[in-house]
Amino acid sequence: MTTDTASSHVKTHGRYIGAGLPRPDAWRLLHGRGRYTDDIKLARTAHVVFVRSPYAHAGISAINVTKAASSAGVIRVVTGKEVAALCQPWVGVLTHLKGLKSAAQYPLAMERARWQGEPVVAVAAESRAQAEDAAQLIDIDWEPLTAVTSPDTALDSRSPVIHPDLGDNLAYQREVDTGGVDEVFAGAHKVVEATFRTSRHTPVTLEPRSILADYNPAERQLTVYQSTQVPYMMQWILAKHFGLKEINVRVIAPDVGGGFGTKIHIYGDEMTAVALSMMLGRPVKFVSDRLESFVTDFHARGHLVKARMAVSVTGDIVGIEMDDLYGIGPYSGYPRGSANEAKQVLNLVGGPYKNRVYRGRTRVVFENKNMYGQYRAVGHPVACAVTEGLVDLAASAIGMDPAEFRYRNYINAEAYPYTLVTGPVFEKLSQHQAHEKLLDLMNYSALRLEQEELRRQGIYRGIGLAAFVEMSNPSSATYGQGGASIASQDGCTMKLTATGGITCAVSINEIGQGATAVVLQIAASAVGVSTENIKIVIGDTDVTPYGGGNWGSRGTGIGGEAVLQAGKALRQNILTFVALLTETEASVLSIRDNSVIETLTGKELMTLEEVARTAYFRSDKVPRDFSPELVVTRHFAQKTYDGICTNGIQGCYLEVDIETGFVRLLKHWVIDDCGTIINPLLVDEQIRGGVVQGIGGALFEECIYSSEGQLMNGSLIDYLVPMACEMPDIEVGHVSTPTATSELGAKGAGEAGTAGAPAAVMNAINDALKPFGVCVTEQPFTPERILRALGKV
Amino acid sequence: MNNASEVFDIRLTVNNIEVVQRVLARMHLADFLREELGLMGTHLGCEHGVCGACTVRVNGEIVRGCLMLAIQADGAIVETIEGISENGEISALQKEFHQRNALQCGFCTPGMLLAAADLIARNPGANREEIREYMSGNFCRCTGYQSIIDAVEVVCRGKAGVQQGGI
Repeated sequence: MTTDTASSHVKTHGRYIGAGLPRPDAWRLLHGRGRYTDDIKLARTAHVVFVRSPYAHAGISAINVTKAASSAGVIRVVTGKEVAALCQPWVGVLTHLKGLKSAAQYPLAMERARWQGEPVVAVAAESRAQAEDAAQLIDIDWEPLTAVTSPDTALDSRSPVIHPDLGDNLAYQREVDTGGVDEVFAGAHKVVEATFRTSRHTPVTLEPRSILADYNPAERQLTVYQSTQVPYMMQWILAKHFGLKEINVRVIAPDVGGGFGTKIHIYGDEMTAVALSMMLGRPVKFVSDRLESFVTDFHARGHLVKARMAVSVTGDIVGIEMDDLYGIGPYSGYPRGSANEAKQVLNLVGGPYKNRVYRGRTRVVFENKNMYGQYRAVGHPVACAVTEGLVDLAASAIGMDPAEFRYRNYINAEAYPYTLVTGPVFEKLSQHQAHEKLLDLMNYSALRLEQEELRRQGIYRGIGLAAFVEMSNPSSATYGQGGASIASQDGCTMKLTATGGITCAVSINEIGQGATAVVLQIAASAVGVSTENIKIVIGDTDVTPYGGGNWGSRGTGIGGEAVLQAGKALRQNILTFVALLTETEASVLSIRDNSVIETLTGKELMTLEEVARTAYFRSDKVPRDFSPELVVTRHFAQKTYDGICTNGIQGCYLEVDIETGFVRLLKHWVIDDCGTIINPLLVDEQIRGGVVQGIGGALFEECIYSSEGQLMNGSLIDYLVPMACEMPDIEVGHVSTPTATSELGAKGAGEAGTAGAPAAVMNAINDALKPFGVCVTEQPFTPERILRALGKV
Repeated sequence: MNNASEVFDIRLTVNNIEVVQRVLARMHLADFLREELGLMGTHLGCEHGVCGACTVRVNGEIVRGCLMLAIQADGAIVETIEGISENGEISALQKEFHQRNALQCGFCTPGMLLAAADLIARNPGANREEIREYMSGNFCRCTGYQSIIDAVEVVCRGKAGVQQGGI
């Protein structure tokens, strides 16, 4: 399923790139031999638990810890002030998101708590159970305050201002206007409009946030084992806020049980665990329990978007207007800000379509709810649902098949690189190809016939399409240029070991997505060795090169390119060395199957073990003026565009029971273009997982808050997530348009599924409901909402 | 507080090894396995019985390790992912999971394998829909489930055909 261009990439890079191999490192996970943060035990570890605010907004007038402090096993009880004495507060702004504002945030609430679940007091004890016992003995005098719990009213003059110093509850606002909007809407053949709601989501990594901080006061060395996607970002943050030398902070990410963005943010409870380790001079462990996760893991989505689209009589999109509003927490998240969803929604409404007339506004408001920030496919599912929802309405309004409508509106293939009216550039999309491939894969025409036939029998099935784009391989425009020390480049250090093996240390991280396997395959291809002879080293700031870690679909595209270049450089160094030893030219040599050979004859000159042995133990055989460099490091950053956009399209087939409102998913299809595919097995599974996460948002997931700001469904019993029985089989196909910004040509694949799935499901439901002339636009599409739309409840 | 610190002596068999241990009355089985015995393959995802990550086998039945107290396992035969991996019982399942990448972060995987082994033992003829239904007590946030279902289905078909060997 690759184009000619992609095939030639694969040929160039050797036999492992493009091979659907199982992940070697998955084998230990299948034997219960993983090592997650909570599996690590250090001597004298104290366990910390938190007393959290039961109110969304309340003053703290007194905290009495006396009883708790003398409870069995308790080592230390600390409040906000004590932690603040060690840890500098933070402000979640980025200078390049002009106007984004926030207030200073402390690890533990100081004089006022601003969301239900905000940590207030920390108890460290010999065991977690003892700490939990003691936490119950803490008395806090609260002065409940009115909470801001609806973005719709957060900006009203009657609403309390969460941070009076900031003047109002508006955290960020941005507008785009190409001009000509009113004119095209006034003159349009048809105008369609709708209000789209997405609910607040919580990522639900199965492994909760976990940290084990180990401060050694004798050398002022802090070692942190943390379930994190970003070891180097954490190293920088910990050094900065605790006043430590960066070189004395070591962050180790052991196995990470899911990330999805949750584990790229700074959390007060985790910072408090570090502070306690420094206070006590012993290891301190914090593992969030599931109930804490619900009220503290950064939430996302929760947008209200009013949007309309103007179309011509021939079915061309001639104008789009949209107004987006969403509420974050009481602070903008740190250190990445909580406005990236605004940026992405505003940029990406309009998707892969060639319309150039656009007016958009996005507003981000503070609320007394849990913190909010980047979560898988930041803003994309919102922008996609708005765009694709309007597209289906528009197609319907002019009586055109929605597939045909899309096809005629895609950006022309010869228009790339294509600059969006909102600023970003699409290097090259393959939307027409992807579209054709999807219709073939799902047998679109036959499905339409089947749908028609079943409708006559009173069975209501719907077909939904959703074309999507996904920003990946981000440049420094995302964070670095905004003043955050979050690396946009990644590095790889490759070493020939004494017996001819290769170690490969990389700065990207393994969070289950298969980074280790991808690095392994690229390294093996680049050097010319078999994967069994390579060891990947990952997730430790003391041993890997500097880099950004995993977020924003950047691991393979950016880290992978660093690996490729390091591998090529090591190979070249080996060949140069062997050429010298054998009195030939490096250009006529190759490495194949762990040996250096003459390319033309295939004759083996030296095994890599012989090469290493000569270099390391028999320097008498090495010319005096030559030093074999068998360790190399290469880095890569994508500097051409702000990000490399991937694209694709999803199809959903489902049945709506019009009596109960239940939706049964029958089948889902995806065509994705992530450029060069390193391992199709992993890419397909990533995409399926992303689709299911998107379906979760479309059908089940919603953080329901009361008007007082209480999370009403903060458990896995009440917050529904997709389980196996509700999910369809998902067929995945590919188009491959390698990016020209790297030799590897790989783009991201981690977010595509989540970006497009909610829109595909929404459009399929509305297609099923079409005979009744109703439609739903408020996610999740629960049976109740569907029955309401049908006028049955 | 007295109840919280009350202790009992329990004797049980864990992965074929007899264990005698004094435990707090309130300690759940998963904590006991992890904290007292160092069997870290049993994971805690929710501690309220929904996610299935802590699934272990007690007297031949799969249970949520977080919903059972250690003292309730007194006299029981307990098996964990470590045990059924080492004795080869689930080697075929592990192989099929591996081939299909039916795991990403691996946190749900031990529980998934315990549940899958249980299904295969009870109903090797299960069809795809029944497999999806049976595996719905275990939450996976990464894979999208399809590869897990595929892997279980393949082992089921093999098992239904030959009725021998490991699962």
